[in-house]
Amino acid sequence: MITLNVNGREYAVDADPTTPLLYVLRGDLGLNGAKFGCGLGQCGACTVLIDGEAAYSCVTPIAALAGRRIRTVEGLGTVANPSPLQQAFIDEQAAQCGYCIAGMIMRAQALLDRNPHPSGEEIRTHMQPNLCRCGTHARILRAVGRAAGKPSGAKA
Amino acid sequence: MWPSPRSDGLVKLGIRLAALAALIVGVTAGLAAAGRAPPPGLGTWPDRAMIDNGRTLAAIGNCNVCHTTEGGASFAGGRPLETPFGTLYSTNITPDQETGIGRWTAEDFRRAMREGMAPNGRQLYPAFPYDHFARVDLRDIDAIYAYLMTREPVHSSTPPNALRPPYGARPLIAVWKLMYFHPEPISPDPSQSSEWNRGRYLVEGLGHCGACHTPRNAMGAEESNRNLSGGEAEGWHAPALNEGSVAPTRWTVDSLVLYLRSGFDEHHGASRGPMVPVTRNLANIPEADVRAIAVYIASLAGQSTTGPALAATREQLAATDAQDAQAAVLYEGACASCHDRTLNGVPLENSTAVTDVVPTNIIRVITDGLTPIDGEPSRSMPGFRSSFTAEQTAELVRYIRARYSHAAPWRDVEAEVAKIRAEHPSRSAS
Repeated sequence: MITLNVNGREYAVDADPTTPLLYVLRGDLGLNGAKFGCGLGQCGACTVLIDGEAAYSCVTPIAALAGRRIRTVEGLGTVANPSPLQQAFIDEQAAQCGYCIAGMIMRAQALLDRNPHPSGEEIRTHMQPNLCRCGTHARILRAVGRAAGKPSGAKA
Repeated sequence: MWPSPRSDGLVKLGIRLAALAALIVGVTAGLAAAGRAPPPGLGTWPDRAMIDNGRTLAAIGNCNVCHTTEGGASFAGGRPLETPFGTLYSTNITPDQETGIGRWTAEDFRRAMREGMAPNGRQLYPAFPYDHFARVDLRDIDAIYAYLMTREPVHSSTPPNALRPPYGARPLIAVWKLMYFHPEPISPDPSQSSEWNRGRYLVEGLGHCGACHTPRNAMGAEESNRNLSGGEAEGWHAPALNEGSVAPTRWTVDSLVLYLRSGFDEHHGASRGPMVPVTRNLANIPEADVRAIAVYIASLAGQSTTGPALAATREQLAATDAQDAQAAVLYEGACASCHDRTLNGVPLENSTAVTDVVPTNIIRVITDGLTPIDGEPSRSMPGFRSSFTAEQTAELVRYIRARYSHAAPWRDVEAEVAKIRAEHPSRSAS
């Protein structure tokens, strides 16, 4: 039995300690925001925050996570009351199929948490590991820029 | 000042037209059409064969690696080079008249390469490896000159060096040269094949492999009596290439050719860190030269091999797993799916990073992954900086060493993990 702290709540998880966090989030805890993309830490669809830093939940075994703070997209806001970053994604309509977006938002959140006003270049560099197969990158960068206080439509 | 976007467009149009002209009437006439005078001292534009040879030699010498900054124009310099004495900035070696080497004669270029001295008599820092280049034939140096002088001039000034006192005083370099700069020409060894001799000439001369793979003394000079016995480069350990090689599987000529040209060999691992641009350069030159380099290096590595800890013996596996159950779980959850169960991951018993004399490289790879360089489509291994704590990383490193090598445990794994993680304390997994 491993106790995981997810979005400020403690969960006692009965799973093999080698199980990737992603499977536990989705299969055991019903937190379906993070997505399974490649399962190899290459695409970023599964990105969550661990102790405030973006991590690939698909290659992180839960054995590594006792006593650490995990944050998923469900921990940011709700449908009725989205977080500023989520609202920025809505305002910029920064999703096509939407599969990568939870990961994109969580990676961006890690940046904004330590630097609320990153430059466009810093945003691009930081977001580089996450992939979007629909090609919505321009809107995604605009959404992160908007959340970072840049005027709408500004080049991220 | 940079040109405005509009004039930049016109300049680009001009460049394209010049390139087209070059295609039609040949390089020489093309450069003349672009209105450029031939390099000083040559009188005429060099012929195509000489330029092509210079391109190959410049790739072997890795000129572009230091003389190009991230995202900058090739050979335009400005790349910061961290040394124990402070930060140097590489210079612009495009033929720009003001900021590059456009006014250098072939003789000036020879003197810089072989004596470490600029045309104005200024001493050059030995981060520019003239201790190796001094051993290069003049004919080859002239070919590199011809190649560089036919590149597009880029107007770009180099930032001033930021060296700690007293190292900013260039006359000190003259003293350094008296003490450590005694280049000897490479005379062919008649008992060896011409291929081996060609390889030695490239490795010990232009290729300056020893600049990273040979240890340096306190004054930054290579310890010539420990040639290619392992050194340091940009925070990575450059493994020994001589009989001290720790490769579990002996390097063969073929495996070296494959590794040097593709950056990957399944029996040794992936080229990473400062070796990546080297293998990329070697991918683009004629194979014969890479093979010559391989023949020479393989002969140095000799018989040294401990043999792979072949997926370890069953007993050893059971022992390490029982000894360090927590690390075994981390390994099984994070590493095994690629390294033990697919054809794409390097089996760790083959990895030089696992058998190396220091844990530096394996810690870097676990922490930050194999990050893609410019133009690579994706990473081949993610970093685990945010997945694992420093303690977990250290546990895992010790576990992998015990499970996948016959070598003694590393010392100070924790300190090395702490040092590497402190370089980018808030960088996320990438």
